[in-house]
Amino acid sequence: MEDRSKKLREREKLLFEISREGKIGYSPLKVDVKWIEPDVEKEYLREDIKDFPELSEAEIVRHYTRLSQWNYGVDTGFYPLGSCTMKYNPKVNEKLARLDGFVTVHPYQPEKTVQGCLKVIYELERLLSEITGMYRFTLQPAAGAHGELTGMMMIRAYLTKRKDPRKVVLIPDSAHGTNPSSAHICGYRVEEVKSNDDGCIDLKSLEQKVSKDVAALMLTNPNTLGIFERNIEKVAEILHKEGALLYCDGANLNALVGLSRPGDSGVDVLHLNLHKTFSTPHGGGGPGSGPVGVKEELEPMLPIPVVNFKAGKYSFDCDRSDSIGKVHTFYGNFSILIRAYSYILSLGAEGLKEIARAAVLNANYVRKGLEDLYHLPYKTPTLHEIIFSDKHLEGSGVRTLDIAKRLLDYGFHPPTIYFPLIVKGAIMIEPTESESKEELDGFINAMRSISEEAQRDPELLKNAPYSTPVRRLDEVRAARNPRLRWTTEK
Amino acid sequence: MRYLPCNEQDRGEMLRRIGTGSIDDLFKSIPERLLVKGKLQLPEPLSELELVQYMEFLASENKTVKQLVSFLGAGSYNHYIPAAVDHLISRSEFYTSYTPYQPEVSQGTLQAIFEYQTMACMLTGMDVANASLYDGGTALAEGILMASRVANRKKILVSSLIHPEYLRVVRTYINNLDLDLQTVSHGMDGRIDLDELEKNIDRETFAIAIQNPNFFGCIEKIDRVAKIASDKEILLIVSTPEAFSFGILRSPGELGADIAVGEAQSFGNPMSFGGPYLGFMAAKEKFVRQMPGRLVGETVDADGKRGFVLTLSTREQHIRREKATSNICTNEGLCALSAAIHMALLGRKGLMEIARLNMLKTALAKQMLSEVPGCYIPFSAPVFNEFVLELPVEAGVISDRMLEHGFIAGLPMKPFFPEMENCLLLCFTEMNSKIEIERFREILERII
Repeated sequence: MEDRSKKLREREKLLFEISREGKIGYSPLKVDVKWIEPDVEKEYLREDIKDFPELSEAEIVRHYTRLSQWNYGVDTGFYPLGSCTMKYNPKVNEKLARLDGFVTVHPYQPEKTVQGCLKVIYELERLLSEITGMYRFTLQPAAGAHGELTGMMMIRAYLTKRKDPRKVVLIPDSAHGTNPSSAHICGYRVEEVKSNDDGCIDLKSLEQKVSKDVAALMLTNPNTLGIFERNIEKVAEILHKEGALLYCDGANLNALVGLSRPGDSGVDVLHLNLHKTFSTPHGGGGPGSGPVGVKEELEPMLPIPVVNFKAGKYSFDCDRSDSIGKVHTFYGNFSILIRAYSYILSLGAEGLKEIARAAVLNANYVRKGLEDLYHLPYKTPTLHEIIFSDKHLEGSGVRTLDIAKRLLDYGFHPPTIYFPLIVKGAIMIEPTESESKEELDGFINAMRSISEEAQRDPELLKNAPYSTPVRRLDEVRAARNPRLRWTTEK
Repeated sequence: MRYLPCNEQDRGEMLRRIGTGSIDDLFKSIPERLLVKGKLQLPEPLSELELVQYMEFLASENKTVKQLVSFLGAGSYNHYIPAAVDHLISRSEFYTSYTPYQPEVSQGTLQAIFEYQTMACMLTGMDVANASLYDGGTALAEGILMASRVANRKKILVSSLIHPEYLRVVRTYINNLDLDLQTVSHGMDGRIDLDELEKNIDRETFAIAIQNPNFFGCIEKIDRVAKIASDKEILLIVSTPEAFSFGILRSPGELGADIAVGEAQSFGNPMSFGGPYLGFMAAKEKFVRQMPGRLVGETVDADGKRGFVLTLSTREQHIRREKATSNICTNEGLCALSAAIHMALLGRKGLMEIARLNMLKTALAKQMLSEVPGCYIPFSAPVFNEFVLELPVEAGVISDRMLEHGFIAGLPMKPFFPEMENCLLLCFTEMNSKIEIERFREILERII
């Protein structure tokens, strides 16, 4: 007999396995027209969708409700993924993004029927400009990496316009993996710049690398070690002197929002991750939104359309000859923009500042709670996130991965692991501002207990987790023998 | 502040533990002159009530397709979304989770994506599908880049009847790469000109990209294009902005395409002024290692039990960095979940029925509107749920007049095809009743 208690805890068949012929999850629509035989040639008409699921509504609701229960979200608990900024997502924003007046609007409606949508885009752009010190933004990119690509395209278009084609983009060794691939997809050759012992970009090695062939440096600030690049103005100066630009990856803006503006430190192009700093939920992998801000010289390169406001009317401007073109079919992830706009309006200038302050306080509290036990590869002061490594467990056979898996048994989502790449066995913790002291204490205690367990009983960690719906998964097998879809034959 | 759970006492204790006097001390690594002096020029914070009232006001500044009768399609489609879809994706275990890097606590997202990948394969007739891309336009761009990696040649031929906004996105993407894009025009019937296509293929050509149904709503002879492609040993990419068409048209895979891309907004995702949408990509098995974006695969856990993980990440940005096949990291996971739930609710029968109903309404509208004096259908090829109607006067003028009567008449073609200034692109779905279509005809007759 099937163990039903197991089913509640850990087992749900695939849709296709519970499907039975003749079931349906919707009520057929009323047909108010007579059937006319389609004039489509017979060879282009489909007879069946083989194996497509057939289920009742109740079965489908149960299926997905159960699946949801095996997922960890910010609403489930602490989610300290470094550089991902998994903060609380206010519920009112969900309600607002679902207003009929926003949801049932077609992107090609006449402008006079979409003034509300255009106002959201226009106003959010201005707010982001003020918050970051940039001149103008495009809200079109659908994700941070999409923003990076868009930003690099604008840099390339700007340099081309200046009749100064350059081939190289410099990227620090601590950068997000999307930086080098974005530059590469934009047609640039990537060269790495080393970090110094403080975890910041090494000015000497930067000076050696910068030449007339360098288009830009892509810098994250605070960087992926959680450290503010204190020489950022100098970095900008070195680049600008050689005619290169400074691109800033704004993934970590949460540490600075309301307090310091990237635009004031010499940044020419900046992308933001609205789903991080401005609390729009990540949906298990998206949607996100990655607006890009530019300084005045690069404004002509912004993707079309941009929204303008004249004589009391909002309108699209598509007639921009130096624009890089379009990077999204329509205008970006509009419903994500509503959430971020709502968040900023509910906080104001003081509120945003408090966000950054609380986030940095929380991160430093975790740092203090663990630094006597876990190895801290960089002693430099950190802002919103903190990097430890597994070095103190050398010899025990326990690795960062084992610590992460054991944390699951303690009821915590693990931090980011093995990133940044410059730290061996990295554990990157970003608590964000939305955690209480009690929650942080619980996490610190769990990490301390795990460290103790690692010394006492390494096998306990190597076989963790024990309490999750599935145990440690065989990722090598998945990659060697990929099964990427369900089929009838096993 | 309501989003901050630490009170004054907590903050005091935390600072004491850290060993510092104030929160400001924690920001000492930032040079003084880079700190904001004074206050940012932002509006004063709103209470929740004020915020709701303000946003409701902005929403009311729009006219929705519930207030107006809309015959707009062209890449964004008005379909009914069953209530269970929004209910299920509003479960915050789904929407507040991150990319499933820790599979042991992300089986919900992972299994749902695995099921989505399977359904995407079934609809497109392909072997493998990824876990989503940003939207239809970027999916086509990624599809073309993927084909270029496989073939390592420079020229891509694209149908001029691919959605013009998709082509703009493609041009932006390939502008910085050493690729050459050439368009192939259409014949009198509103389908790609096969002779011109064949003539333009040369040794540098690596792929053909067409759209089905194309921008005029016409159904392409994919098998004929596929034959030309395979004879010349180049790849065929088929882009489909209206995924509901898969419910009644034979799949690109069955008809010989190598890569299927497009937009699945029609399943479970509202029009939302253009986003977030759901780009899909599916392909023949042999291209799997060139495929961009996330893939979920089946495996087993330490106890031998089935489970799901993100896989084949060696293609991806966080491993290969500057050599990665794409820079995609965040995709449209929740939109893929919406689509999967919607497709499951419709099921095999429902999906086919609704697709048929869409085609039926459109056939009726086509017949009724072509009878309006002075109007005619310029293209003879069969259509799915959209078609071009040529009017005796400029389409923009009719569109403005129709708005006064509460209709969004469709899309005037002039901004995309300047020579078609009298043409409207009209779309009909299950959301449009016969009565609406009749009223539209009556008014059209009157105002022409």
